Amino acid sequence: MIAVALWSVAALLALAPAGVVLSMRPRGSIILYGACLIATSTLCVTALSDLLFFPHLTPSATLPIGLPWLGAHFRLDALSAFFLVVVNLGGAAASLFALGYFRHEDSPGRVLPFYPAYLAAMNVVVLANDAFSFLVAWEFMSLTSWAMVVSHHREAENVRAGYVYLLMASFGTLALLLAFGLLASDAGYDFDAIRASHPSAALSGVVVILVLLGAGSKAGLVPLHAWLPLAHPAAPSHVSALMSGVMTKVAVYGFVRIVFDLVPEPVWWWSMVVLLVGGPTATLGVLYALMQRDIKRVLAYSTIENIGIIFTGLGLALAFKAEGLDWVAALAFTAAMLHVFNHALFKSLLFFGAGAVLGATGERDMEKLGGLIHRMPKTAFATLVGCVAISALPPFNGFVSEWLTFQAILLSPQLPSWGLKLVIPAVGGLLALAAAFAAACFVKLYGISFLGRPRSDVAASAHETDRFSLTAMFALAAFCLIAGILPGLFIDALAPVSKDMVGNIMPHQVGLQWLTIVPIAESRSSYNGLLVFLFVALCGTTAATAIHRFASDRLRRAPAWDCGYPDADPAIQYSASSFSQPIRRVFGSVIFRAREIGEMPPPSSPLPARLQVELHDLIWDGLYAPIAKAIGFATDRINILQFLSIRRYLTLVFVALVVLLLVVAL
Amino acid sequence: MNELRDILSQGAQMSLVLGLAPLLTGFVRKVKARLLRRRGPPLLQPYRDLIRLMRKDVVLADNASWLFRVIPYLIFAGTWVAASLVPTFGNGLLFSWTADLIAITALLGSARFFQALAGMDVGTAFGGIGSSREVMIASLAEPAMLITAFSVAMIAGSTQLPTVAEFMGSDAVGLRVSLGMAFVALTIVALAENARIPIDNPATHLELTMVHEAMVLEYSGRHLALIDLSSQLKLLLYVSLIACVFLPWGTATADASVARLALGALVYLGKLTVLGFVLAVFETAIAKMRVFRIPEFLGAALMLALLATLLRFVSGSL
Repeated sequence: MIAVALWSVAALLALAPAGVVLSMRPRGSIILYGACLIATSTLCVTALSDLLFFPHLTPSATLPIGLPWLGAHFRLDALSAFFLVVVNLGGAAASLFALGYFRHEDSPGRVLPFYPAYLAAMNVVVLANDAFSFLVAWEFMSLTSWAMVVSHHREAENVRAGYVYLLMASFGTLALLLAFGLLASDAGYDFDAIRASHPSAALSGVVVILVLLGAGSKAGLVPLHAWLPLAHPAAPSHVSALMSGVMTKVAVYGFVRIVFDLVPEPVWWWSMVVLLVGGPTATLGVLYALMQRDIKRVLAYSTIENIGIIFTGLGLALAFKAEGLDWVAALAFTAAMLHVFNHALFKSLLFFGAGAVLGATGERDMEKLGGLIHRMPKTAFATLVGCVAISALPPFNGFVSEWLTFQAILLSPQLPSWGLKLVIPAVGGLLALAAAFAAACFVKLYGISFLGRPRSDVAASAHETDRFSLTAMFALAAFCLIAGILPGLFIDALAPVSKDMVGNIMPHQVGLQWLTIVPIAESRSSYNGLLVFLFVALCGTTAATAIHRFASDRLRRAPAWDCGYPDADPAIQYSASSFSQPIRRVFGSVIFRAREIGEMPPPSSPLPARLQVELHDLIWDGLYAPIAKAIGFATDRINILQFLSIRRYLTLVFVALVVLLLVVAL
Repeated sequence: MNELRDILSQGAQMSLVLGLAPLLTGFVRKVKARLLRRRGPPLLQPYRDLIRLMRKDVVLADNASWLFRVIPYLIFAGTWVAASLVPTFGNGLLFSWTADLIAITALLGSARFFQALAGMDVGTAFGGIGSSREVMIASLAEPAMLITAFSVAMIAGSTQLPTVAEFMGSDAVGLRVSLGMAFVALTIVALAENARIPIDNPATHLELTMVHEAMVLEYSGRHLALIDLSSQLKLLLYVSLIACVFLPWGTATADASVARLALGALVYLGKLTVLGFVLAVFETAIAKMRVFRIPEFLGAALMLALLATLLRFVSGSL
């Protein structure tokens, strides 16, 4: 098993230099993405069969590369297998999409070599079994994705995004490096040795905080999210899908691997920290998303929301595990893992949809789109499925994982600690708010871009996208539905992961009547996506047939009524900014210090009236800007050192030497 | 034999909610009219309206997409399924385990999601205004509903409505502060979700004050009939929900006899009458709010629900 996985990763790595050559050939992109598709599919099938059929085997391998006295260790346990499935399902879908999408890429040489390397790096992170390989792969993943973020390097915005990304990625790796340094102090870098060691509770606490900073900055936890909405949209769309749908999950993997596996028994206050970060991340992320008008940026912010939901689930799992309620911990943990899988599906799907729109119109700004459902019907359908799924609406998959998270929250009065008793209801409230905002956000995204009338010429003349892209989108949409109506299969597949990480599993689901899912007991709560789907489909078709048969099936086309204002200009339709205006007024005035400035010219003037909206990103203004300013201030002061005379340099060196010797002597 | 009875009971429930929904709306309208010293439309007028609309041609806007034509059926199906999962006259519904309170809330959320999309499909300014305000109201009402569901579920130890109803009907409940708060919150949410005064006015056609009506402005014929029927079903759903959770007496149990079921149905009708009457009185006594006062009103519901949940976390008996 692990040999197949490692050979596939090696193949991906070998494709990277081949990408340089292939990018000069006219059909090179097809060959490269095709090869990536084969390699990721192999990895996906391997990992899936490992997870389903041999979850209790943990094959491992050591390769004589990396540090000479350590070698590179790899291991395939249930957790790795599950994340391999997520990574490679996303990777395969992105490669399939790219088979058609590559035509919109003007400089393939800036993407092709990095794409397979990026896929390989994510796989190695998940497979690594020692800190050295893990960190090298982690950094490799950051760098290759950075290269693709700046692939359209002539746009100033992308260069800035790349700069911020590189800074934050370095910060995250630094935090992880310190965490591993602390863990390895008495055990060494091998994960097996770290597992066997017994670090003190205080040391473990510091490690958990560092991992939360390191993995959290990669995943996009507020307030470390600043780079994410800049970098994810800047990359080509299939890479955006990988970054948002998959790479954030690799970050979640890093967190789970260290906090649930490597570090010994959790303490309750860790979960408190995770919950206090996760809940606000969910709500703030989606509120930010609601304020945007760039499709890909909306999706990037919504990733932050979903990461918040995942971390809330993980925080709950930690809390229950710390208090010994491992059967509830299994529920919360499974909910989080299911959301990892679900989010990878629908976020990739939505980024593909955005990519198809971008390819067809060249626009990412929603206010220049509209009416695409007429011109790109298939893309519109697949994207609609993604929008419903991500808004956590039944019968699709997003709802199942949120429902399970809510069920875990409802069990939390059993926790003894008072801090958690007060925090968890608040976090539950934040999740409920996030779910409602997400629905609003995706009504806006879909309604403005795909419905209504075209707001620009490019939107009016768009064409349906190619077959490969459509296949990728429809495959993901089908997965969203299957995972929504047959969640029991997925919950059961996650059982070995949950067993390894929290020591217990959720009740066995497959085989229950009608494939219902019952997290604890039937008298307590149950949900059957299949029946909901069947009932809704049945009621809808019955109603349609009956009405068409017995009442009327006649239909006339006429101009829109619109309360009697005929032939209005498309510009009077609601725009992305006006759609979110009520929510901006209600919530944004505090959270974004939003202000509307209306300029109304005097009655006789021919000047247009203007409405300006001012939004402030308080996290950027309050956290990042001061840091940047402080660094700027300090470097300005130190800058004089660059222009000293040779005499002064010599004096400086002498003084430094004396001070150093004094320090050593004392 | 048991299974046959269960299927019949579930079928009866489905047709009952569908059949009663227009009557409840007609009843509320009638009472409101009488309170205003008008004669008001006959009780059965909603049925006549529906039949009339069903038989008319659909006049579809030139720009309307396929989604616009599918949405009325989706909304209707989603609302109908949700309404038939709330216990009305009897508790032992065959498929009640299909969706719990959270799932029912989400199912209504799906219906609203599509309704808001429909408002934006034709590309008119009024549709947009309706959708945009609807999602603003929903962004507060839905969390308030979910958190109310949490507090009720924590008291009853279950999110399954039949279990909740059974628990609420037992002697174990008593008077609880958190239940009172949950009741107020649920009532406010119900007013918002059903576009009733003071949130929205179901009778208005003054463009700038309407929310729900603005979204469905472009609908006509059978599509409009289905959307109207869905709104009526939704009103019935919320009234049944309040009755089931807060007035659980008289509901037939799972293994009740036919006579007991009939009694349950009578009691249920009585509850509908009382709650419908209260709604009409409330709507007559109060004025509609400005749009930007609504968030404060709904925010109060959200806070009450959260407080109810918190109280439940702090003490098992409150």
